[in-house]
Amino acid sequence: MQKTHVTATVNGDVKEFLCDPSDTLLQVLRDELGLTGTKEGCGSGDCGACSVLINDRLVCSCLVLGVEANGEAIETVEGIGEGDKLHVIQEKFLEHAALQCGICTPGLVVSTKALLEENPDPSEEEARYYLAGNLCRCTGYDKIIKAVMDAAKTMREKA
Amino acid sequence: MSEAQDFKYIGQRTIRPDGHDKVTGRANYAADLSLPGMIWGKILRSPHAHALINRIDTSKAEADPNVFAVMTHADIPNQTASGIRNILARDKVFYHGHAVAAVAAVSEAAAERALGLIEVDYSILKPVMNIDDATSNDSPILHDDLFTKGMPEEPKAPSNVASRNELSKGDIEAGFAEAEVVIEREFRTATVHQGYIEPHACTVRYDEDGHSMIWCSTQGHFAVRATTASMLNIEQTKLNVIASEIGGGFGGKLGVYLEPVALVLSKKSGRPVKMQMDRNEVFMASGPGSATRNWVKIGAKKDGTITAMEAKLCYEAGWAPGSSPLGPACMTVFTPYDVDNQYVEGYEVVVNKARCAAYRAPGAPQSEYACEMVINELADELGMDPIDLRLKNVAKEGTQTMYGPKLKAVGLVECLEAARDSAQYKTALKENQGRGVASGFWFNVGGESSVVINMNEDGTGTIVEGSPDIGGSRASMQMMAAEELQMPVEAFSAIIGDTQNLPYSNPTGGSRTTFATGMAVVEAAADVVSQLKERAAATWNITPEQVEWKDGKAFNTKGEGVLTAAEICGSAAKTGGHISGRGNISARGASPSFAVHLADIEVDPDTGKTTVVRYTAIQDAGKAIHPSYVEGQYQGGSAQGIGWALNEEYVYSSDGRLENPGFLDYRIPLASDLPMIETVIVEVPNSFHPFGVRGIGETGIIPPLAACGTAVSNAIGIRMSELPMSPPKILKAIQDAS
Repeated sequence: MQKTHVTATVNGDVKEFLCDPSDTLLQVLRDELGLTGTKEGCGSGDCGACSVLINDRLVCSCLVLGVEANGEAIETVEGIGEGDKLHVIQEKFLEHAALQCGICTPGLVVSTKALLEENPDPSEEEARYYLAGNLCRCTGYDKIIKAVMDAAKTMREKA
Repeated sequence: MSEAQDFKYIGQRTIRPDGHDKVTGRANYAADLSLPGMIWGKILRSPHAHALINRIDTSKAEADPNVFAVMTHADIPNQTASGIRNILARDKVFYHGHAVAAVAAVSEAAAERALGLIEVDYSILKPVMNIDDATSNDSPILHDDLFTKGMPEEPKAPSNVASRNELSKGDIEAGFAEAEVVIEREFRTATVHQGYIEPHACTVRYDEDGHSMIWCSTQGHFAVRATTASMLNIEQTKLNVIASEIGGGFGGKLGVYLEPVALVLSKKSGRPVKMQMDRNEVFMASGPGSATRNWVKIGAKKDGTITAMEAKLCYEAGWAPGSSPLGPACMTVFTPYDVDNQYVEGYEVVVNKARCAAYRAPGAPQSEYACEMVINELADELGMDPIDLRLKNVAKEGTQTMYGPKLKAVGLVECLEAARDSAQYKTALKENQGRGVASGFWFNVGGESSVVINMNEDGTGTIVEGSPDIGGSRASMQMMAAEELQMPVEAFSAIIGDTQNLPYSNPTGGSRTTFATGMAVVEAAADVVSQLKERAAATWNITPEQVEWKDGKAFNTKGEGVLTAAEICGSAAKTGGHISGRGNISARGASPSFAVHLADIEVDPDTGKTTVVRYTAIQDAGKAIHPSYVEGQYQGGSAQGIGWALNEEYVYSSDGRLENPGFLDYRIPLASDLPMIETVIVEVPNSFHPFGVRGIGETGIIPPLAACGTAVSNAIGIRMSELPMSPPKILKAIQDAS
């Protein structure tokens, strides 16, 4: 099958790649662009480990085709930090010990960024429902929610 | 160690050393390694739960130009290695999803397509899907060479009962004769999965000279080496297994599934091979925890003194005899109780499901669920508070366990008192809410751990350990090294060594890592201290005994002089070469960890939907090295146990096909399903560990089953005896009762 030429902005950089029409964005990010921070947990949009932002919209990259990225701006976990500094969300995940195995963490960091851009002052319940698409089997979510609420507070204070 | 100690570093909440890599996406997990020239392997799986394999024709797949290698069971070099019939089926498939053949092709999609070119001729057999059917007289027999082990009399015919266990103490009949109240009930629990988010995956390379490399996600890379080397007839020195970061295990990544297949494919194709299970395969072919049917009978006097406890436990093994956790189930069932007369009889049954794997405190959640439910009913019957009833019969130092040892100092009394004194226990419930309390016990294991601490020229150290870190244990290793060396935590990095870097270490399992590998770290750190003292002594021309090591420095007690670790290590070339400390141990004294949980659950009487409104987990850690990650274990265990109690189960069709092999239909708890999980860390030190540590990873999954079981029962006023208590089951119970 002939591959398609795709141009997309990924974490601020213009990237060109060849993509099989059936390849998912997740496969492209991981296998073509080497951005393995985006994880595959299910391949069916149920676990959120592959969460990325397309033009600031939160999606499961396993449910998007690579060719659909043409002309779009993609942000992955690798693009969340600011240079050599962590994003506040990342800092708070570390401070609150909001990860154990860490496989869900990239997706949760991306989803939390989307949450706080939409709603800088979420209630605990709003945070829990917004992040319900990001499965974590290790933590019971307690420390994740605490980290998210603390990140929200810190970001509001900085804003 | 028995007295409480003052610590400088232990007990702090430091930032874990692997944290930055994990929040930035840099951390490399099983599927994250690709190699030049790499191809992709995929496994063909049985569509049938039980069938004879008459013929496998791989010729069309082999002719596919995109395919580089094809293999079946016959291609495994050592045909007598144990476990190979789960790696690839031989003449019979035993479960829906059983591996039958494998291909390696230019891409994942090409490999997937090539699987469709393999023709398998099956003769379909009737599947055996549960304990009742497996033990009925007219059941098909899975293995015609399976004769029940452990029977008083040698069985004359094969059956689906793989083994029988028995443990006892005291006189069970006399115990029941003394009882004034006796309660007996039968409970059932469903097949469940560990539910780790990272699928099994590996990347391997077989070189022309016979050396091989395996990169994989595992709880025990030395076990992967042993299993794979045995199946491929490779010397262990020629096989390096590198443990990637691991995205959850909970016991399910102790077993080996893909690595020997990938290595044979690599050898056949002459190329590196990557394999990754998709989520359906993870549910179908890995994991599951046993479904059970457990009967418990308990007798007590009217004052609450328990006089006798008896159980009959039946555990599914999946298809492979010996794969259930029946032994631990029998060991743990009654251990929270200091009762003279106890008896347990256990049976392991084979069924047409995937081979069962360890799942966090394997065996204990199901058996202790049955016990704790009956204890709570007994408390109701006696009109006693369930915590008071437990305290009256509580296991403590000196209690004789049914399985052998007498308990040393343990923290169950403290846990029960903390539960009684907790804010949750004092809070009134609202309409349609119920509360449940339950204890949990896990014995913990020790075992072999190997650690090297390499001191660098600037006086910092690198801890190389052999225990894959699933939950933040590298942070604990840093802290224990820092404590022993009296140097800042940041002076140490901690990494997991490959199988070529270190001697053997047991897998991360049995809640052993912070305990046993921690002991090895302390031993290695003490070794470093003694070498630093020797070097300082040589510099000062005194004996090592005349050097004091304090605050990370050597002090000359016979004169003037202080040397830092940096100074000693920086001039090590002049005093005998560079310094590394070693701790290769077989740890004994892994003392048990007890827990007590409280669950408040609200049930919607119209729909049967449950909401966990409040939850508290209390557990003895001995000494919490990093309290945040101890709390994390309590919370994570609670969440898994809540899922097990309320929602999770494998659903099979009548012909034995797994109908819900995905996260949409096998629904683990979401963020929106749970409240905050309050924790209390009890610390009754373990005298065998230099800092008092007990393993804590597993106990937390045990109490939720009965805590939730009792809470739901109390909320609806009906005794529930089957897990999961999913909304349809609760609704049916409500409707049947009205």
